[in-house]
Order: sequence, then C-alpha cells, then structure tokens
Amino acid sequence: MSLLLSPWAGPSIEVAPYRLSGTVYAALLNHHRSLEALGDAVAEPPYRGAPRQVVLAVKPRHALVLPGEPIRVDGTGDADVLEVGAALGIVIGRTACAVTEAEALAHVAGYLVVADCTVPRRMHFRPQIRAMARDASCALGPRVVSAAAIGNPDALTLRTYVDGALVRTASTADQVRSAARLIADISDFMTLAPGDIVLAGSAPDAPAVRAGAHVAVEIEGVGRLDAQVVAEPAARAA
Amino acid sequence: MKRARVAYSGAIHEATPAGDEAIRLADGRTVGERDVVWLPPFEAGTVIALGLNYADHVRELSFKPQDEPLVFLKGPAALIGHRGATRRPRDVTFMHYECELAVVIGKPARRVRRARALEHVAGYTIANDYAIRDYLENWYRPNLRVKSRDGATAIGPWLVDAADLEAPPQRALRTSVNGKQTQSGNTRDLVFDIPFLIEYLSAFMTLAPGDVILTGTPEGVVDVAVGDEVVCEIDGLGRLVNRIAGDAEFGRPSGSAVKEEAR
Repeated sequence: MSLLLSPWAGPSIEVAPYRLSGTVYAALLNHHRSLEALGDAVAEPPYRGAPRQVVLAVKPRHALVLPGEPIRVDGTGDADVLEVGAALGIVIGRTACAVTEAEALAHVAGYLVVADCTVPRRMHFRPQIRAMARDASCALGPRVVSAAAIGNPDALTLRTYVDGALVRTASTADQVRSAARLIADISDFMTLAPGDIVLAGSAPDAPAVRAGAHVAVEIEGVGRLDAQVVAEPAARAA
Repeated sequence: MKRARVAYSGAIHEATPAGDEAIRLADGRTVGERDVVWLPPFEAGTVIALGLNYADHVRELSFKPQDEPLVFLKGPAALIGHRGATRRPRDVTFMHYECELAVVIGKPARRVRRARALEHVAGYTIANDYAIRDYLENWYRPNLRVKSRDGATAIGPWLVDAADLEAPPQRALRTSVNGKQTQSGNTRDLVFDIPFLIEYLSAFMTLAPGDVILTGTPEGVVDVAVGDEVVCEIDGLGRLVNRIAGDAEFGRPSGSAVKEEAR
C-alpha cells in the first residue's frame, strides 16, 4: 500500500509535470442538512428541486496541500475568507467501474483526513471554480489508514478546530450518500482509479477562517490534520 | 509541427503526419493511420472546460451572457483519442457533440497578465466535449455526470505547435455527423478569448504543462445516435473522428444504472 499511496506521502505530485497521479473528487451537498440550510430556495429557480444525482467537484493538482504545507488564502482580493470543510477522504485502491454498492468498499485502500477549504458562496447553480479550485486550498493527510483498520466509514466523528478551539463536530453518519453509495454512483459514469480520492462531503455552515488561523481536523481512528492558513504572497508582475 | 501519440506494435509512440493515410513514428517506421490506436496527443493534467463561450450558442440555449466565464473541470478518464468510441447510454434522449478549440499549456502560468498569456501555450488541438442533456441538474451545472463521463471527451488527433498558428488562432471549425455538416463557427467568436481565460484562471489556479483548456462550442449541436460517426474539424488542426457506441459494447446490457437511480 505504501507504493500505491506514495503520491500523497511527499511532494511528488509535480515530479512528472504532465501526469497527475490521482484525482481528487469532492462530493457536494452530501450532508442531510445541506439542502435544509437553503430552505424554500431549493424548489425555486434556478434549482427547481433537490439534486437527484451525485454532485461533484474536481480538486485540481495545484489545489492540493500536502502534510506540513500551509493552506493559502488571498489576503487582498475578494477571497480573503475560506470555509473549512472537514471531510473523510476515501482513497481508491482498485479500479472501480460500474461497481454496485455492495462491491464498492472492496475497491477502497484506505481513508485520510481532508480539510477542503473553499470561498463561501451563496449560490450552488454553477461550478464556481474560482471559489472551489484555488491553489493550495485542499489539505490532505497526514497519512492514509487502511480500510481494514476503519471498518465502517459511515459512523465516524469529524471535529474541526480553529486556533485550538473545537468549533464544529459532524459525523459521516449524517451523509446523504454513504461511502459505498458514492463510489457506486460515481463509478457508474466515471472510472475511479487507484490513487484517486473521493471526499465524502462536509457539513453546511463550515467555520470561516482568514490568514493567520491554525486549522485542525480530526477524524476518529483516521488521524488529525494540522495546517496553518497563510496569505498568498503578493502578486508579482507578469 | 504536428505531433500525435499512438499505440502501435506493443508500445506508445510519438508520431508526425506522413500524407493523408499514413503517419511516421519517431522510430522511423511509417504506418497506416488506421493501423494504430490514437491516444490523446499529450499527457493531460487538469482538464478545464468552458460553457456558453460563443454568443450564438448562448442564444441557442436561451441563456443570458455572463460577466464571468462558466468554467468546469473534468477527470482524466474523460479523455479519449482520435477514432475512439463514446458510449451513449440507452436511457438518454439528447446527447450532443461540442467541437472546441483546445489550448494546451506549455509552461507554468500563475497570475499571468493577458498581454503575456500566450507565451504559456504549447499548442492547440481539437476536442469533442460530449454532453448528455438528460443528466443536467441545476446544481453546480453542468456537473460531472453530464461532462466528465468515461471516454466522452475526444481530443486530437494532433497537438499543433502554437508557433505554427496565428496568436490566438482564428480558425473555422465545423462538425459533421455521418458526413452531413451540422455545426460551424469560428474561434475568433469566443466570448472570453484565450488570453483572457489564461489571465482569469491563473489568478487563482496555477496552470501547469499538460493542463488543457477546452474553449467552448458554437451553435449547432444536435442529438447523436449509436453508430453515428462524428467528425470535428478545425482548419489547420485536422479532423477528429469519433464513433457513438451502445451500452452492449461496454457490457451494460440492461441499463442497470437507470434502475438503481430510481431507487
């Protein structure tokens, strides 16, 4: 397993610039309260009803923050606040194409802690990658715990700390789609490859942070991720 | 220069054109273009795509023009090469091609200004960015089930060096289905042009070599059926051929996914 997961163990994502070792997909609106938080707006334009299919975002390679690296926030522009989305990262270990829910977890190598930081947004109509695919915004790690050691990924408590204080507690039991259901639904149209990571989704109303904050996310049995939030270096003339 | 990546005789090769029917492998062999498996012409990193980026297509879909580009991302499994097959699930009623100019990044771009943006482009190719409209929902639209499907983004055949084209390229593009032209436009009509897109994206997201921007499609998208041959063409870049395949070819005999969805 160490070989399989080596892309996340060190700064090797950039080694072969034309190849991304794995892709990170984040499930959106996958918490039971995500839609409740929107209230009547769910039924109105532009949404016209709750989503029926799995909703995903791609986290591109420069968005990923490896252990020990800081989360970066734009200290000057309109994106100086980030919401810290604590999420369980499901690491794919075997190629998964059109697998059933019953087969899905056999394709998982392990789990890791993720702090998926996005610019707060009121609307969920468009992909808004300017808010959701920013450089150095999605922290992973610090290690992958084997699937066997976790057993049931759908009953884990997630705790988010900002500057040492516990600010949010959530549970993977409150997800709309379980880990297995996510893999089944995604693999129906998109093959998941070894090294890919599916973020199981975060709770709504995530805590907001600015540059200078220290963020930690803890998932019982999986580990604890610590990251400093720092302001982007000043723009250089191009 | 035009370069392709093909699989032939047990290995992956770089190849260059050698007349209409043949290509030349880097090892010196000249082989028939039908005798190789065409791969995407470069190893892709992040796949970035534009929606609603031609004014006529925006009108076609009854959308108002936007003040910020509509950008979405795809996973790497979406890409397939020239002469590949793209699956049309049996339950869908409207699946359409989208002929697009694809911009391939050649050197890292971070906070690049418009005036220097094109220095970061390695070259250009053609993409056919299929969409299945039945799967559209109004949440993070268009979402991955519509736009990041296995093998539903054909790309190629050639990566054409940026130096060989005007900057940015202003080229006619067209699509034909079974030999009948159904779509035509010109890349000069992009709502958000290539220098703008590189400046916009690189302000928050580093672009790296191999990252690719699919710049959107003009009006003229029509439904395609299993067995159709779809050809996307851009003047000077070549012709990208794709075939529409059915579920059975992919071992999906009963539309099982549809039943599961209705659970």
